[in-house]
Amino acid sequence: MLGRTANGLYWMFRYIERAENIARLVDAGLRVSLTRAGSSDEDWHGVLESAGVREAYSEVHAELTAADAIDYLLRDTSNPSSVMSCIEWGRNNARMVRTALTRETWEATNEAWLDLKARLARKLKPADLPELIDVIKHRCGLIRGAFHGSMLRNDLYNFSRIGTFIERADNTSRILDVKYYVLLPAVSQVGSALDNFQWESILRSVSAHRSYGWVYDGEYQSANIADFLILKVQMPRSLAYCYEKITSNLDYLAQTYDERLKAHETAAAIRSTLKRGSISDIMDQGLHEFLEDFVSRNNQLSAEITEGYRFYQ
Amino acid sequence: MLTADNNPRPPYKTYHEWYASQDAAHLIRKTQDAENIFRKTGITFAVYGHADSSEKLIPFDIIPRIISAREWRKLAQGIEQRVLALNAFLDDIYHKQEIIKAGRIPRELIERNVAFLPEMIGFKPPGGVYTHIVGTDIVRTGEDQFYVLEDNARTPSGVSYMLENRETMMQMFPELFTLNKVQRVEDYPRLLRQSLASLAPPGCKGKPRVAVLTPGIFNSAYYEHSFLADQMGVELVEGADLRVIDGRVKMRTTRGYEAIDVLYRRVDDDFLDPLTFRADSALGIPGIMDVYRAGNITIANAPGTGISDDKAIYSYMPEIVEFYTGRKALLENVPTWRCSEPDSLKYVLEHIEELVIKEVHGSGGYGMLVGPTATKKERTEFAEKLAAKPANYIAQPTLALSTVPIFVNKGIAPRHVDLRPYVLVSDKVKIIPGGLTRVALKQGSLVVNSSQGGGTKDTWVLED
Repeated sequence: MLGRTANGLYWMFRYIERAENIARLVDAGLRVSLTRAGSSDEDWHGVLESAGVREAYSEVHAELTAADAIDYLLRDTSNPSSVMSCIEWGRNNARMVRTALTRETWEATNEAWLDLKARLARKLKPADLPELIDVIKHRCGLIRGAFHGSMLRNDLYNFSRIGTFIERADNTSRILDVKYYVLLPAVSQVGSALDNFQWESILRSVSAHRSYGWVYDGEYQSANIADFLILKVQMPRSLAYCYEKITSNLDYLAQTYDERLKAHETAAAIRSTLKRGSISDIMDQGLHEFLEDFVSRNNQLSAEITEGYRFYQ
Repeated sequence: MLTADNNPRPPYKTYHEWYASQDAAHLIRKTQDAENIFRKTGITFAVYGHADSSEKLIPFDIIPRIISAREWRKLAQGIEQRVLALNAFLDDIYHKQEIIKAGRIPRELIERNVAFLPEMIGFKPPGGVYTHIVGTDIVRTGEDQFYVLEDNARTPSGVSYMLENRETMMQMFPELFTLNKVQRVEDYPRLLRQSLASLAPPGCKGKPRVAVLTPGIFNSAYYEHSFLADQMGVELVEGADLRVIDGRVKMRTTRGYEAIDVLYRRVDDDFLDPLTFRADSALGIPGIMDVYRAGNITIANAPGTGISDDKAIYSYMPEIVEFYTGRKALLENVPTWRCSEPDSLKYVLEHIEELVIKEVHGSGGYGMLVGPTATKKERTEFAEKLAAKPANYIAQPTLALSTVPIFVNKGIAPRHVDLRPYVLVSDKVKIIPGGLTRVALKQGSLVVNSSQGGGTKDTWVLED
């Protein structure tokens, strides 16, 4: 398999994952503006921050308004992380690795692009947003489903999966880091109405507000929320779950190629931190410091995979 | 489809009966279905110079073009003769140059031609084959009357449309394929791979490793490149994936560099090797020509084949065929005026409203003038360009092309078409029974190029 093909698959799935994550973030942002009395456009500050585009946004827009923020996150192609850009780049990568994809996977990707390009061609009306966000999630789900149902479980599959989970881990850790201060135990053990609201918004950004209730008996507690998103291996968007998947896919590659690389050590080390860590230790050491360190190690792993499997040279 | 007395021509008889039994609304819906299939699959091409419409569909017509087995046999014989002559010509031009010595072709026409590559002089490609894949453009003017418009001997494109058009027809109208016995085209990718592998360099041990070289996803024919690689089950590579290491061309895989034996390149000669040709090419592989000349890789088609399908050479094809095969050409050439010759230039300028004038090095329907349909202003402007650089142009009469039926909302309408059958050359010549039929969708138009709004249709060669 070509290094460029591995690179194309890795980024194709990173972009598809990112598109879906951005849609979730916008969804959570909309929810805030609907349910909170006295909410303001300033609430979108955190959403842009979680999407990692706060600075880029202010280069294009002088003011922060809900409409501009939503437009920037969903359809502005000058924003490399907008849903439209992600779908465009995801599909470009898919075209590049067309021979590595099953017809179903390619068609699901191509149709997602055709559909969203048409839907995002014009300015968005607030009334269209709920449906649009559903369509984005639905389209990304179809790509993932076609991929799972039709691709051979070989190195192609492994690189695609690694891309998905590196991106997801990055996304979850960013969401947490932007709001880490509302999770600090010093604020309060049992939340005030405002805390509850903030916590729910975090859970919503990873579509986990329902599942949280099942796992922790409904009660919002800051430590539990952090635990859920960082260490709970059953939670499919938690850092621990992402690293279970990353290490198992890297291990398959090591078996197939009969070669272990630096990336394997790095991934195993991160996984073991997440497996053995307890949320109280993490809180004691500093949640923000922990998350910062995680984001940088996650990036380091991505760079090691890129180099070790000759994505570019 | 119909003869002068309004009866269906014999190959169309079964189809015509079926068509008569169909409901028009149903067929209109089918046309829409076909478009959806193409769009969904991403069977697109790019038109250069259209920024916002970077990917386009080629319109597909649902009425097949049908050719009888007898007519096809005649055509195939003519094509085979022509393709063999092309290879003999290339071998001669790059070795003994007997055709020049015999005074049949002017020396400067070859040696001053940009498509002539001095790097190929004295070099024999593996198996002695220059043109592994040829797509000969043919028009029909009447029963058994075929003219060759162009011999595409560099990198003929469009074969993916031949295959996808057939696939689409079989999906939409399966019953037609039980009513008619249509010869298969589906074997093309397998035959292509076999043919390429059989011409691996002599030093290649074991199963030859084949790859398709593409300029990348922004190339107009990218869809076809990925389609062919996928159908053959070989890697689709770009220049940046390849590197010359230890005298071999190798591709960068996730496990390291692995050697390639046969490269089906869809990159022009100019861009193939920045060390030998255009130094600014980012699409090629530095040093590949050295590997090639050392006999360690097969490049298909061979560099320098462009000299054989050059529009200036085209007018000599009857002589070329006769010179190398010892027989008259079975397929006719369209009479051609070489504007480089003063008498011809004078004639062309005087008859500009009757002629089609083409750039010698142009392709894809760009830079040509169709005299009869051009405006007066277009003709005057073109005449100025022509007079300034006559050697850049050739002119041909517009032929009384036969038409085939296409499906329009009001039913059936006649349109002009051409036909590009695909030919594979190894130790034998294989012609796929069928090809790409391109249709001029505008009424009365003679230009079939997809970049100029032409469409395509499935092409059936019936069994006996």
